[in-house]
Amino acid sequence: MDYISNTTAETEKMLKTIGVNAVEDLFKMIPEEVALEEDLKIDSGISELELMNLAQEKASKNKSLADQLSFLGAGVYDHYLPGVIDHLISRSEFYTAYTPYQAELSQGTLEAIYEYQSMISELTGMGIANASMLDGGSAAAEAVAMAARISRNKKIILPETINPAYREVIKTYGDGQNLEFVEIESEAEIIDPAQIAENIDKDTAAVIVQYPNFFGSIEKMNEIAEIIEENKKVIFIVIANPILLGVLKPPSDYGADIVVGEAQNLGNGLNYGGPYLGFMACRDERKMLRQLPGRIVGKTTDVDGKEGFVLTLQTREQHIRREKATSNICTNEALNALMATIYLAVMGKKGLKEVGNQSYHKAHYLAEKIDKIPGFDVANKNNFFHEFVVKSVKKSEEIKTQLAKDNIIAGYNLDKIGKEGLLIAVTEKKTKEELDKFAEKLEVL
Amino acid sequence: MEEKLIKDYSSPGRRAYSLPPLEVTESSLENDIKDYLRDDLDLPEVSEVDVVRHYTALSEMNYGVDSGIYPLGSCTMKYNPKRNERIARMTKLSYLHPYQEVEDVQGSLEILYQLKLDLAEISGMDEITLQPASGAHGEFTSLMIVKKYFEDRDEERTKVIVPDSAHGTNPASAIMAGYDVIEIASNEQGMVDLQELKEAVGEDTAALMLTNPNTLGIFEEDILEITKIVHDAGGLIYYDGANMNAIMGYAKPGEMDFDLMHFNLHKTFSTPHGGGGPGSGPVGVKDFLAPYLPKPVLKKEADSYFWDYKRDKSIGKVHSFYGNYGVMLRAWAYIKTVGGKGLKKTTENAVLNANYLKARLKDKYELPYAEDSLHEFVLSGSKQKEKGASTLHIAKRLLDYDQYAPTIYFPLVVKEAIMIEPTETENIDTLDRFVETMLTISREIKENPELVINAPHSTAVRRLDETKAARKPDLHW
Amino acid sequence: MSVRDDLLYSKDHEWVREEDDILVIGISYYAQEELGDIVFAELPEVEEEFETGDSFGVLESVKAVSDTFIPLGGKVVEVNEELLDNPELINEDPYGDGWLIKIDPFDDTELDELLTAEEYTEFLEEE
Repeated sequence: MDYISNTTAETEKMLKTIGVNAVEDLFKMIPEEVALEEDLKIDSGISELELMNLAQEKASKNKSLADQLSFLGAGVYDHYLPGVIDHLISRSEFYTAYTPYQAELSQGTLEAIYEYQSMISELTGMGIANASMLDGGSAAAEAVAMAARISRNKKIILPETINPAYREVIKTYGDGQNLEFVEIESEAEIIDPAQIAENIDKDTAAVIVQYPNFFGSIEKMNEIAEIIEENKKVIFIVIANPILLGVLKPPSDYGADIVVGEAQNLGNGLNYGGPYLGFMACRDERKMLRQLPGRIVGKTTDVDGKEGFVLTLQTREQHIRREKATSNICTNEALNALMATIYLAVMGKKGLKEVGNQSYHKAHYLAEKIDKIPGFDVANKNNFFHEFVVKSVKKSEEIKTQLAKDNIIAGYNLDKIGKEGLLIAVTEKKTKEELDKFAEKLEVL
Repeated sequence: MEEKLIKDYSSPGRRAYSLPPLEVTESSLENDIKDYLRDDLDLPEVSEVDVVRHYTALSEMNYGVDSGIYPLGSCTMKYNPKRNERIARMTKLSYLHPYQEVEDVQGSLEILYQLKLDLAEISGMDEITLQPASGAHGEFTSLMIVKKYFEDRDEERTKVIVPDSAHGTNPASAIMAGYDVIEIASNEQGMVDLQELKEAVGEDTAALMLTNPNTLGIFEEDILEITKIVHDAGGLIYYDGANMNAIMGYAKPGEMDFDLMHFNLHKTFSTPHGGGGPGSGPVGVKDFLAPYLPKPVLKKEADSYFWDYKRDKSIGKVHSFYGNYGVMLRAWAYIKTVGGKGLKKTTENAVLNANYLKARLKDKYELPYAEDSLHEFVLSGSKQKEKGASTLHIAKRLLDYDQYAPTIYFPLVVKEAIMIEPTETENIDTLDRFVETMLTISREIKENPELVINAPHSTAVRRLDETKAARKPDLHW
Repeated sequence: MSVRDDLLYSKDHEWVREEDDILVIGISYYAQEELGDIVFAELPEVEEEFETGDSFGVLESVKAVSDTFIPLGGKVVEVNEELLDNPELINEDPYGDGWLIKIDPFDDTELDELLTAEEYTEFLEEE
């Protein structure tokens, strides 16, 4: 099955108009030495029915979260997705559109992005937000590059309480720019701000902090803010969890200069790691705005004075400034940003707060239960929001294997990153029954 | 504004969400968290009907490829098959956490592995990473691979060569990877000027970035000479895969001696563009560059699939996980449906359609490069400009006829450029309608230029003041 | 209006005016016409030094970016901060409120190498 609708007769007519005899003649400029002689070794096309069967066959080899009880988080969270989202983004005027270059025929996309920017601004407390980045990791990496451009320095303070995947992406991008990373180790689940104070100096470009951090805990934000405040040129980057900003103070309260993160949890599904949604916001200052990567939508008026929206400040971008652009980013995650926008509209101020609160109380309910089980200890019990670290006399791998037999995914194994314990995340989706079941299974291990 | 903002639907107390009551006992907030709670949050309070009406109204001011022709040169806006959407939404294929054990996701990994093999076959490359999330991301990944390769060999090479007709992402990606960019001019035929290239390459050349066919739709007929010049100087050659739709089944970058490349799954393999994303930009390399690919790399042993993280020479990660998996599912479904022969037919029809449009338009619009072209071509609005209406005006007037405009003012080597790529999924009827509209506009410019200069007239908003938007940015409500 | 008699010009379309020991620099009426509506002016910091012909800033219209080149080497002593919020001044009053920077020149004898209003007018006609 192909998607060609020119018939043989029509093809003949077109070839005649062009002035050639056969379609192959249109490829004559390809030199013989590189022209393919054989057909591609790819099977012939199949019908829709066969395709659906094939996909079913592959799918049957998977075990999705619909078939098991998962406590995985570690940067990707399984929150409830209101049905309205998929319904609305399935309107083809949205999902089959291109980047809104012709503004007059793209007002839907543009206005939705303006709303997205507005709501990200509200959540983060920052005056400016862009239209999206590729994912949380690359958004963090671009924030670091932006900080280096603004401060004209190369040294980045990178605590190990930041999501390890983000740290890897940040370092890959950093290699491109010859940035230098000072990694700060954590003793417990948070870093000691004194370590930032010891390492910060006139050559420092940026300090990055995750809020809450990879282990679910909140760093000593005020102390860190004070240290950075004393070093005027240093850019403070906060990697925030946007859904929790419905309940937690905005990073602007701590003097953040750039706020980035993964907004998958705002109305986007799990999709085995992507497409996700990087968000990026910064302080409302010209010098910050000039260095912000990515697309930005602005409100303006048309020739009749009617309000409308356009892509603006495009001279920062690659298609105009080429090698002097702030970033190479072109395609972004527009449809995912639309999903986040609709999610925030549906949840509103009360709903977002309730999601945060329910996640908090359910996580704490579970943590208290686990903490009471002999041989188990919640390491950050006084400081976590909806994700926590469980340490045990038993090996994490063994706990995971045992619980898998009961169709429970017992969280993220911290051995993978050279730490101890299990990282367990709870969202509003979990029922009391499910939380009780998890605790019971741990107890009888 | 045609449709008010979602916040303007807000009325205190309205809600669109529903959640079950909290069944667990509330935990006190008397711990280290309490100092971090916020007081207020100003988000809309609206009903579900408000949300649905508002976003439906917004969609009605949009135009997608399902609405009609989308002849954006270089962007390959082909039809997005609906069956692919069904597959991407299958629970067992989509409701998967990236940190699930590989045993839980063997079906998905098998799909990704098949996609890898197919991409390798289509391109003539040996190993593939699916991690980059867009074309530009693939470019950056490729250049970091180049960088790591030369570091490994203790060779100091600091320059990347880019033709002046290249996509803007090319030089921008090179800078992000820490290279200096050398731009070389095209020759009179719109191709790489071999003399310029010879002068530009040297011991400091890390790579040449090239699109073939280039952004004029013209195949670089000296391609083997070009790759030889760069290879002889010890440099690598990178293929920008944005124009793969022109050569699938007819030529392979690997056989043109390119060392590495990126694909745009959202262009060549029909996944929707979503109003600007998500995309997917896998990178293919020849064997000698495979050790440098981002980690993890998808591997198969016996009959099981796994992510290989033990890669000492890897550039590291460029994405938090494995890339835009949802887009890959659609691309896999597309290749399965169309098949090997179908891909070749796709190429043929993309080229046929473009050449048909070119043949019908070249009398009324100037064709600055007369060379044979493949899946896209570039006209110039210079003749029309003399009569007072520029390329921008022509583009805006097309919107009045319910058709999207071509890419304009790119590539930079053509004045008043109009870059047209119809793709293979349009048929002669749609193409004829586009031609008639372009001819009508050309006639209008002669007879009533003001009509064109002041276009569009029938869209939700008319010409917007971009100067005002840039001088006094209004970026949120 | 388009070329003012009391100024000196460079072939890059910058003008220079002497004010005591310092020089005021801007772009010509012709240059701002060519650029179109200017939406942003990126200017150097005070104390920065430039050699003759160096790029000292960037002017942006909606879809174009242009470097500005210093007609005479020197140290920047003042920049027109007003342009940050009101870049339109460059279009509205290129020889007055739309000035860009003031410099302390390294060698003011180089002034002799600049074009007079008459020479600049001729140069424009040739272009």
